[in-house]
Amino acid sequence: MGFLSRLFHGNHKSSKTIAKERLRLVLAHDRSGIPPELLNVMKNEIIVAISKHVRVDRDGIEVSLSQTRGHTRLVADIPIVSTRPGVTPNSSERGTR
Amino acid sequence: MPGRVVTVTSGKGGVGKTTLTANLAVALALLGRRVTAIDTDIGLRNLDIVMGMENRIIYDIVDVAEGRCHLSQALIRDKRLSGLHLLPASQTHDKSAVRPEEVAAICEELRGDNDFVLVDSPAGIEGGFYNAVAGADEIVIVTTPELSAVRSADRVIGLAESIGKGPGRLIINRIKPSMVKRGDMLDTFDVIESLAIELLGVVPDDEAVIVAANKGVPLANEQSTQASRAFHNIARRMTGEEVPFMPIFEAPGSLLNRLRRAITG
Repeated sequence: MGFLSRLFHGNHKSSKTIAKERLRLVLAHDRSGIPPELLNVMKNEIIVAISKHVRVDRDGIEVSLSQTRGHTRLVADIPIVSTRPGVTPNSSERGTR
Repeated sequence: MPGRVVTVTSGKGGVGKTTLTANLAVALALLGRRVTAIDTDIGLRNLDIVMGMENRIIYDIVDVAEGRCHLSQALIRDKRLSGLHLLPASQTHDKSAVRPEEVAAICEELRGDNDFVLVDSPAGIEGGFYNAVAGADEIVIVTTPELSAVRSADRVIGLAESIGKGPGRLIINRIKPSMVKRGDMLDTFDVIESLAIELLGVVPDDEAVIVAANKGVPLANEQSTQASRAFHNIARRMTGEEVPFMPIFEAPGSLLNRLRRAITG
C-alpha cells in the first residue's frame, strides 16, 4: 500500500516533512515580531510597486517570512502574467547607465 | 564548591517537565551528587507525587518564603537516596504567593548544601515562569517532537535570552523511534535545527515511566529501560561528562554527523 501510493503520488510528502515546513514558517513569524496586519500592508505595497511595470497574478501571490541561519527574510513569490505594453526593461531603467 | 541551580521549563504543559525533573534528580543522586528538587508550580503541586513523597509534606515553599518555617524544616528527604531532597510547592496558594527574589534567595541558600538544585516550573510564560528561572544558573528546556511543543520551546528560549538566562540546553522527550523511522515524527536533528540550541538529551517514549510514576518510584531508580538509560545519560552530561547520544533515537543516515555540525557549526 505504501509502495503503491508512493508510486502514484510521486512527490508524496511524509507528515514529518510537512511538520518541518510548517514549523519553519511559524517560527520565522513568531521570531520576527512582525504582526500579520503589517505583513499584509507590505504585501499590498509590493504588489502596487510591481504592478506599475508588469501584470501580476494577484491570486498566486505569496508573501511570507522565512528564516535561514538566524536571518529573517521576507520572501515574495509573485507570478507575472505579462509585461505591460510599452514597458521594457530599458525604458524603466532610463538614466541609470 | 557551591552547587548549580538548573531550572527545567517548557512553556507548554504536559511535555513531561515534572517527570523529567524527578528522574534527573534521582539519576544525579545515584551518581553520588547532593540534589534538592524544588516544585515551583504553586497551586498545582505534583513533583511530590511523582517522587512518592506526597504523604510526608509538612511545610512548603510558601511557608519558607513567608518565614513560617526554616528552609531545612520544609525539605523532605528521599527514603532511598540520602542525598536527595524535595522542597514542595504549596497546593493552596497561587503563583503570586512567592516573588522571584524569594525563590532566588531559596535557591541561593540551597546551593550551599547541594551539588544540584533542580527547579521544576509551571507551564506558561507568566509570573510562575519568572519565579522558576529567578535563581537559575542554567535553563533546561523540555519539548516533545510536536509542532506545538517546539513552538512553545522557541518562545521560552527567546524569553530566557531576554532576561539573560538563555539560551539553555534542550531535552527532547517522548520521541518514538518507530514513528521517526517511517517519517511521521520530527527527529532530533529537525528539532535542534529549528531551535538552534544545544542538545542535552533525548528520551524515548516509554510506558515504564508511567508505571514507575504510578508507584511513586521514579524510573531512574532502575537502569533497566531505554528511558531510564536516557535519564542517566542526561544526568552524566549535567555533571560535565561527555556522553554520546544513543543512536536508536536518531533518524536513519548520518544524523550524528549532522548533529555534530549543528552543535559545533
